[in-house]
Amino acid sequence: MHLFLFLTFALIAVGCAVNLLRQRHPISSALSLIGVMGSLAVLYLLLGAEFIAAIQVIVYAGAIMVLFLFVIMLLNAGEEARTQRSKLARVLGLPLAGALLAQLSFVVWRQLGGGPEVEFGGFVGSTEALGRALFREYVLPFEVTSVLILVAIVGAVVLARKEVR
Amino acid sequence: MVPLSWYLVLSAVLFTLGAAGVLIKRNIITIFMSIELMLNAVNLSFVAFSYHWKHIGGHLFVFFVIVVAAAEAAVGLAIIISVFRNRQTLNADDLETMKL
Repeated sequence: MHLFLFLTFALIAVGCAVNLLRQRHPISSALSLIGVMGSLAVLYLLLGAEFIAAIQVIVYAGAIMVLFLFVIMLLNAGEEARTQRSKLARVLGLPLAGALLAQLSFVVWRQLGGGPEVEFGGFVGSTEALGRALFREYVLPFEVTSVLILVAIVGAVVLARKEVR
Repeated sequence: MVPLSWYLVLSAVLFTLGAAGVLIKRNIITIFMSIELMLNAVNLSFVAFSYHWKHIGGHLFVFFVIVVAAAEAAVGLAIIISVFRNRQTLNADDLETMKL
């Protein structure tokens, strides 16, 4: 069952990610990205990260992607223009991406081999444990994050407002 | 039963696709979405390692990454709006000078 769920949602994630690259219209790319994020949420659940799965759906697939769709529609972004790409990029692009993937996979394989088996429920990062760790050991980063968000809000408002000339 | 390394390889595949997207896409909004894809790929490996070590720290790191990604998306999209207002284009190839 675990294998079936993993394979299904891993394939959906990779398929949606490839679709993100293939689509020329930003709205289609955004929808594919939502597919990737949704299937990643299921994989988080399989790994026992229930709180992370919930905020993945609520914050990432919900809030952030709505922001993206909002901007795409606000700017009325149309199809991507085809531009002349350099010949070098066409020849070397795919092999270099493959090389990056091969290196990453090689390191994983070298370090872990097959690795330990992941069992559903083998480790559950409950919301309670997460909250305890967040408000005990990580309280300073948590508070600093609130300042970061405040700065981001001010920055976004300043950047996006109409300039008064 | 799924070996842990499958999750990590899936994370590597998604990261590579995101990196390729940053390089081959011409629309700056789509490039930005590819960056989000890379962030998601890294989050998956954080959660997988958190399972491996039976430690909650990886989940906390993902939590902070999501918060920072939200802030980054807000500022980045504001920059895109401001660039579009000044240049009337979203094509990364047409944006060659930093001067407004």
